[in-house]
Amino acid sequence: MSRVETVIAARKAAGSGALVGYLPVGFPDLQTSIDAAVALVENGVDIIELGLPYSDPVMDGPVIQRATQAALADGFKLGHGFDAVAAISARVDAPILVMTYWNPVLQYGVDRFADDLLAAGGAGLITPDLVADEAAGWLAASDRTGLDRVFLAAPSSTDARLRQSVEKSRGFVYAVSTMGITGARADVDQAARALVARLRTAGSTSACVGVGISTGDQVREVLGYADGAIVGSALVSALADGGVQAVARAAAALAAGTVATGPASE
Amino acid sequence: MLRDELGPYFGEFGGRFVPESLIAALDELDTAYTTAKTDPMFQAELAQLHATYTGRPSIITEVPRFAEHAGGARVILKREDLNHTGSHKINNVLGQALLARRLGKTRLIAETGAGQHGVATATAAALFGMSCVVYMGEVDTERQALNVARMRLLGAEVVPVKTGSRTLKDAINDALRDWVANVADTHYLLGTVAGPHPFPVMVRDFHKIIGEEARRQVLDLTGRLPDAVTACVGGGSNAMGIFHAFLDDPDVALYGYEAAGEGHLTEKHAATITRGRPGVLHGARSYMLQDEDGQTIESHSISAGLDYPGVGPEHAWLNDIGRASYLPITDDEAMQALRLLSRTEGIIPAIESAHALAGTMKLGMELGPEAVILVNLSGRGDKDMETAGAYFELFDAEAAK
Ligand SMILES: Cc1ncc(COP(=O)(O)O)c(C=O)c1O
Repeated sequence: MSRVETVIAARKAAGSGALVGYLPVGFPDLQTSIDAAVALVENGVDIIELGLPYSDPVMDGPVIQRATQAALADGFKLGHGFDAVAAISARVDAPILVMTYWNPVLQYGVDRFADDLLAAGGAGLITPDLVADEAAGWLAASDRTGLDRVFLAAPSSTDARLRQSVEKSRGFVYAVSTMGITGARADVDQAARALVARLRTAGSTSACVGVGISTGDQVREVLGYADGAIVGSALVSALADGGVQAVARAAAALAAGTVATGPASE
Repeated sequence: MLRDELGPYFGEFGGRFVPESLIAALDELDTAYTTAKTDPMFQAELAQLHATYTGRPSIITEVPRFAEHAGGARVILKREDLNHTGSHKINNVLGQALLARRLGKTRLIAETGAGQHGVATATAAALFGMSCVVYMGEVDTERQALNVARMRLLGAEVVPVKTGSRTLKDAINDALRDWVANVADTHYLLGTVAGPHPFPVMVRDFHKIIGEEARRQVLDLTGRLPDAVTACVGGGSNAMGIFHAFLDDPDVALYGYEAAGEGHLTEKHAATITRGRPGVLHGARSYMLQDEDGQTIESHSISAGLDYPGVGPEHAWLNDIGRASYLPITDDEAMQALRLLSRTEGIIPAIESAHALAGTMKLGMELGPEAVILVNLSGRGDKDMETAGAYFELFDAEAAK
């Protein structure tokens, strides 16, 4: 089992599931983004999803767009991503998955990217605009290095495509809760529950739900049927509004949803 | 045969680099399109619209007074500017709108740069009784204000996009985000031969009528094929449309003219093939303008329709196999050609199309008076009067106030 799978399995064995927290590198500045990621872990986040700012983030809503644009305007370079992974893993044990659109990896060189990520202590990649069908180079590089590769599964995916996402993913499958882009939502879609059920049928033992989750109650609800809950925009908003202290509080509030409280909500 | 390429890849270009959420919609579209292609009912419907709504076939016009400035070569314009709504864009829009209707979609969304594609989409939405949202970079809503008004008059909602470079590339990002969220009832009517499969192939096929008509028309007029076919290249739809019928005519040279803005060696240009390198943008692998980290670089052109840091994957492939050549034309070269065609022939071209005219002037001087050059005049210049008026100081100081 990979480190990410091990963490998820341990949280499940304890009667709950994993909390995955997203923050972009370089927002509001490199050092603060590192401190904020460390604060996530210190406040109950199990797995870090570290986003690399990209000029054309088509999966992201306004909150993450604003943060990553600010990071780019402030001079974010890909090298900072590896620096951040190394700096965070020197301070906390949680596995770090890097979330990146595909072109930066392609330009850096898929094999070189994999090698440098591994050397920095990273656990793998989440690739929002790379489907397994187009991923031959990354499948080979991740097999060679043992890095995790998280592909997406959507409510609109056919059963055959869900099976493919499950088979090709390592670490977990990213179940997109709703047809839409990142951003907090009052209701995490019923579609998420149905999607996770379909992923189970497709053989998944490690499915995390993301997009729209912003409260501890939603985390608890999701962990009632999924193996992990992924939170992004809510953390980025907290960091934008109140700095590291605020993001630490937000993480703690979300982590309250991972505390096993007897029987799951089902 | 080069004409038989069906995607999803053109050599190493093309493909589908999109969020998983969109794959089902792309598959649905691909299936519907593949069926429609050989469905006589669909083809008849489209042909009927071309004949009774768009005004096809568009004519060709030989322009001898302009040609004096192009080395004396015979220059023949394919008049896509005379189509309803003023450019080639309507060919693709009507095809896709018919498909959207077949798929039961009730809402059309589109990106637009110059506004011509947005106007064409708003037009089709009005014609078919669909709702319509057009994403347009804020910079473009300012420089193409007339087209914003046209779209609104046609009943479309125009959303000014304020992120990134606030031009066409960012409008596409927002349209993709809208599509992910609303794919059940919405068709994304992409306006050029870029994007994920099946868009590059499908959009090309809806435009290939340009070259098919022009090839016959030039044969009828001159008794032979042209020596060269020229077009401007933004995303590349009008160029693919006129190139396609000639791809397997080895004696016909194909030239695409990219926007070089202030010069392709400056930092202010949109010369994607000339200055870019392969990468992934907006769902496909192709040439693009990017920095060493793979971040998209903002493009610059006086022409909103060419102000795009990417290009369709089929052009990337035609470039790499040497079948077509892509050359840069500056803002000023294009504007001079715009004024020249206006004054010598009484035809005011779109600034986009003026890039093809400027390229043709240089090409004609190289090829000489024996040559026949077919130019795709992709659109008319009405939308550009604000820009041209400022460029050539055509407005009276008093009236400008
Ligand atoms: C008249 C005209 N020509 C050309 C273009 C560029 O698009 P393409 O390269 O897809 O033909 C546009 C786009 O707005 C246009 O309006």
